[in-house]
Amino acid sequence: MCEIKIIDIKQNILSENKDQANIIRQNLALKNIFMVNVMASPGAGKTSLIIETIKRLKDKLRIAVVEGDIESVVDSEKIIAQGIPAVQIRTGGACHLDAPMVSAAMDQLNLDLYDLLFIENIGNLVCPAEFDIGSDLQVMLLSIPEGDDKILKYPLMFSVCDVLLVNKTDYLFMSDFNRELLHRRAKELNPGIKIFDISCKTGEGVNDWSNWLMKKIESKLTSL
Amino acid sequence: MHELAVTRSILKIVLDHTEKNGGKRVRKIFLQIGEIRNLEEEWIQRYFDKISTGSLAENAEIKVIKVPVVFLCKICKNEFSASFREEKKILCSHCNSFEYDLLTGREFIIEKIEIE
Repeated sequence: MCEIKIIDIKQNILSENKDQANIIRQNLALKNIFMVNVMASPGAGKTSLIIETIKRLKDKLRIAVVEGDIESVVDSEKIIAQGIPAVQIRTGGACHLDAPMVSAAMDQLNLDLYDLLFIENIGNLVCPAEFDIGSDLQVMLLSIPEGDDKILKYPLMFSVCDVLLVNKTDYLFMSDFNRELLHRRAKELNPGIKIFDISCKTGEGVNDWSNWLMKKIESKLTSL
Repeated sequence: MHELAVTRSILKIVLDHTEKNGGKRVRKIFLQIGEIRNLEEEWIQRYFDKISTGSLAENAEIKVIKVPVVFLCKICKNEFSASFREEKKILCSHCNSFEYDLLTGREFIIEKIEIE
């Protein structure tokens, strides 16, 4: 008769990814780099946000971008057109970036040359929320046309991000999107969350967000 | 879709512990998953069956223990549960305060395994 044993494990399922994310964090601290993970649905405006933020910070910081995409390279071409180096990760079907993928992309950059690294995650509100990639700041972008109920459907994403950017405020006039309701729900689920209403098209709120980000970056880089 | 990546991690951790303990076969795997996580037990099991074929964990049964969302009130230290998938306002059930932290509900843990 065979013996049955119970083995206690009590280990985080994604501990291996977490370990790799911690290595990235150490590497970033060593190289004096601030990393921003940008997460959103397809079409919410991730690339536009990165470009608009770059325009406001490129005189003060040396910036590079890692573009996650399932197959295409259109986003990295837009970044390169801004004169900013971009590394493309093609996940070949995977719906999120994980720490080993980001680590491999960082190996393609000379990290001594940069202060700020944007990671454009795969357009998806589910999977990217599960994977720590070692960033200093988790940014979620939600656009007005997506609706104010997204927080009820994707609570994890709203609970893991440090900043919520509500984009495309220029669409508000033709929408029944309730901003107060969304802000309230986001604060309920994530009391420490910082929220900015922005429009990458008109520029509304983008200066406020960029200035706030600049302060965050300065406080990390001067403390190192 | 990320269930596949998650399932690979589960298999790796389970096999590590099984080998370390001299196990010949994994019978059951107990996971603790917070309610806020977007993971379906049915799909984890299906992916697991596929990727564990030929390993010590082939045919292992996955048991998911869902951990409910519980908030801790910062004002009166009351612990309360509330649904975050409904439009209703979340307030402390004792003092009606807005000041609280998420105490449980984000768990993502392999709790234990049953091996032969």
